[in-house]
Amino acid sequence: MTETCCRSFSEEQYRDLDKVIAQYQGKPGGLIPVLHQAQLIFGYLPKEIQIRVAEGLNVPLSEVYGVVTFYSFFSQQPRGKHTIGVCLGTACYVKGAADIVEALEEELEIKVGETTANGDFTLMVTRCVGACGLAPVLTVGEDVYGRLTADKIPEVLKHYQKTEA
Amino acid sequence: MKLYRAHVLVCGGAGCLSTGCKAVLDRFTDEIKAHNLEEEVHVVETGCIGTCDLGPVIVIYPEGIFYKEVTPDDVKEIVEEHLLKGRLVTRLLYERPVSGGQIPFYNEIDFFRKQKRIALRNVGMINPEVIEEYIARDGYIALGKVLTQYTPEQVIQVIKDSGLRGRGGAGFPTGLKWEFTMKAPGEEKYVVCNADEGDPGAFMDRSVLEGDPHSVIEAMAIAGYAVGASQGYVYVRAEYPLAVQRLENAIEKARAFGMLGKNILGTAFSFDLEIRVGAGAFVCGEETALLASLEGKRGEPRPKPPFPASQGLWGKPTLINNVETFANIPAIINQGADWFRQIGTKNSPGTKVFALAGKVNNTGLVEVPMGVTLREIIFELGGGIPNHKRFKAAQTGGPSGGCLTEKDLDQPIDYESLVAAGSMMGSGGLIVMDEDNCMVDVARFFLEFTQDESCGKCTPCRIGTKRMLEILIRITQGKGEEKDLELLEELAQTIKNTALCGLGQSAPNPVLSTIQNFRDEYLAHIRDKKCPAKVCRALLQYTISSELCRGCGICARECPEKAISGEPKEPYFINQEACIKCGVCIEKCPFDAISLI
Repeated sequence: MTETCCRSFSEEQYRDLDKVIAQYQGKPGGLIPVLHQAQLIFGYLPKEIQIRVAEGLNVPLSEVYGVVTFYSFFSQQPRGKHTIGVCLGTACYVKGAADIVEALEEELEIKVGETTANGDFTLMVTRCVGACGLAPVLTVGEDVYGRLTADKIPEVLKHYQKTEA
Repeated sequence: MKLYRAHVLVCGGAGCLSTGCKAVLDRFTDEIKAHNLEEEVHVVETGCIGTCDLGPVIVIYPEGIFYKEVTPDDVKEIVEEHLLKGRLVTRLLYERPVSGGQIPFYNEIDFFRKQKRIALRNVGMINPEVIEEYIARDGYIALGKVLTQYTPEQVIQVIKDSGLRGRGGAGFPTGLKWEFTMKAPGEEKYVVCNADEGDPGAFMDRSVLEGDPHSVIEAMAIAGYAVGASQGYVYVRAEYPLAVQRLENAIEKARAFGMLGKNILGTAFSFDLEIRVGAGAFVCGEETALLASLEGKRGEPRPKPPFPASQGLWGKPTLINNVETFANIPAIINQGADWFRQIGTKNSPGTKVFALAGKVNNTGLVEVPMGVTLREIIFELGGGIPNHKRFKAAQTGGPSGGCLTEKDLDQPIDYESLVAAGSMMGSGGLIVMDEDNCMVDVARFFLEFTQDESCGKCTPCRIGTKRMLEILIRITQGKGEEKDLELLEELAQTIKNTALCGLGQSAPNPVLSTIQNFRDEYLAHIRDKKCPAKVCRALLQYTISSELCRGCGICARECPEKAISGEPKEPYFINQEACIKCGVCIEKCPFDAISLI
C-alpha cells in the first residue's frame, strides 16, 4: 500500500498545528476542534497528523482514529483544489439533485467521492446546506450555486477552471 | 442617534448571498454616496427576510416596499426613482403567482401577511452584526428583568405557564426540562444549545443564528440563571459557516457590553458561552449523541434515562434546548406567559417556523401560529404548486417524519395532530411534492439517508434499516414481490420498538407513512412493474411514436448504445434490451416523437 504521508508538509504547517494543540491542551472536549483546525492546515488528516494530535493532546491514537472515521467532515485522503458538494437534502432531491450528480460525474469523469486526475476537483454529496429555497443547490468551497439544471454545470465549473489557466 | 428618512434593508441570508446580494449591497452604498444621500438613507444588511426563491430581495422603509430579484444594475434606478423621486420601480415588485397582480407592500404579500413572528421577530429586520440594533428592539431587556426582579423559580414558572414546547422535534415541555435541570443535584451545570440542524429541508435555526444571534445568547443566559449554570455551549453544524461566524461576532459583542461574562449587568450572575462546531454527523442532533460529541468523542447516543437534565455533559446536569426554542424565551419573558398562550392551540401554544421548500411557488421560512392548516401554509403563504401541477404530499419531520396528503390539508397543525396523521412536527421542514414525485423513491431516499447516518451502535438501526433499504431498492428496480410490503412493515415495527435512540426508532416512519398513504403506488411498482410518477428509471421505457417520427435518424446516431435502428424516412425503433435509459434520444429528437412510458 502506498502511504499518503509521503506528501511532505512544511515546518510552518507543523508549527501551526502545535499552536492549536497547545491552545486546547488539558481542555476537555478539545479533540474535535483541534481536528477541524488540523484539516484546515493540512487539507486532510493522514496517519502522521493523527499521531501528532494524539500525542499532543495525550489521548489514545485509537480514539483520534475513531473520531476521524466517525465524522464525515474529516477526510483521510487528500482532496482536490476545489471540493464540490452537491446537496442531497430532501428539497434538492425532489427538485432533481440526482441529475446534477450525474451531470457532474459525466463532466468530471469521476464518481462521487473521487478526485479528478489533475487534482482540481473532488466530488462529494453533502447533507442539507439549508438553502432549500434555491434547490437544487451545490457548493464549491464556500460558494453556493442554486436553481441548477444539468446543463448549467459546465458553466459553474468554468469559474474554477479559468482561474487555473 | 442619527435619524434617517429612509432605510434600505438588503437581505443577507444564505439564499440571497448565493444569488449575489453582496454586490447589490455594495452598489447601494456607492449609489447613495454618489447621490449625496448618506445623511438621509441608511443601508442595512439583514438576516434572512424569508422569501429565498425571490432573492436578492430588499425592503425599503418607512413605506415597507418589497423589491425582488434585484441586480446591481437595478440599484441606480431604485435610488433615483424610489429614494429621490418617491416613485416605485414597478418591474421589481412582487407578483402574485396564481391570480396575478403586483403587490408593492411587504406586509400585504400573502407570504408575510399571514405570519406571526416571535422566534423570527428580528430576523430580516436588523443587522445581526450590530448589537445596538438588537437592543433597540427590546433586546436584553428580558435578561435584565430576570436578573434583577425574578428568582430562578419564578423564571421557570413563567416558562412553564407559557406552555412552550421544544421546537426541535419531540415537543417536550420546555419549562419542565428547565425545572428538572434546576432541581438536579450538582454544583456544576451546563446549558447547551442544539444548533445541529440536521433534518434535510429545515433551515430555521440557521436563519435565527445568522439573522438574530443575540436572541439565542440572551435566552441561554436566562436559562443559565434559571438552572444555575455558568457555562453554555452552542453546538452548530459544520455546514453552516456563516452562522458560526455571526454567532462568534455576537458573542464577542455581548461580552463587550457586559451581557456575557463575569457579573452580567452588574449582578452576581456570571455566564459565558463557547461555540463548538460539529463535524458532519446527523445523529449528533440526538441530545445524548450531541453531548458525546461535545466531549470530543464519537457522536454515539446512549440509553436514557439518565436524562441529560440529571447526567449530561461530563456527567453534570445539562439543559439542552434547540435554537428556535431559545429564540422564543426573551419574548415570553417580556410579554408574559398569558400573551404567549393566546397564540396557537391549547396544547401547543405559540408559533412554529416552517421551512417551506420543494414544489411550491413561494419557498422560504414562514412562522405561523400553531393550529393553522396545511392548506393555508401551502396554498396561501406558499402560493400553491408551480406549473399547474397537482399537490401530492407534504413531507414533515425529515427522515423521522412522514407524509401528509390531501386528506390532511384542512387539519389544524400542532404536535399531536401531526403524530395522529402518521407524521411528526420534527424541526419544521415542510417539503411539498407534486405528481411528478414517486413516493416509493422518496421512502428509499430517506432510508438511504438514515442508513448512511446510522452510527452503528445498535443492531436494529444498523442492520434493520439496511434490510429495509435493500427491499426498497428492489421495489424501485421492478424486482419487488407482494410479500415485501408485509416484510417492510414487520421490520419497521421491530426497529421502532428496539432501536436505541430517536434516530433509529423513527427511521422507519417515512416507509410506514408512504405505505399507508400510497399503497397503490407501491403495488404499481411491485405488480405492474410501473412507476406512475415516472421517476424510477428501471421501470420506464423509452418509445418512439410511429406517428410523430419522421425517420431523420438523429436519435440513432446519438444513441451511445446503438440501441435505435430504422430505415430513413420510416419510423425508428428502440431495442429495449440494449437501451440504458440515458435519455439522450429524447433530448435530441427535433419532433418530440420520443416519450417515456
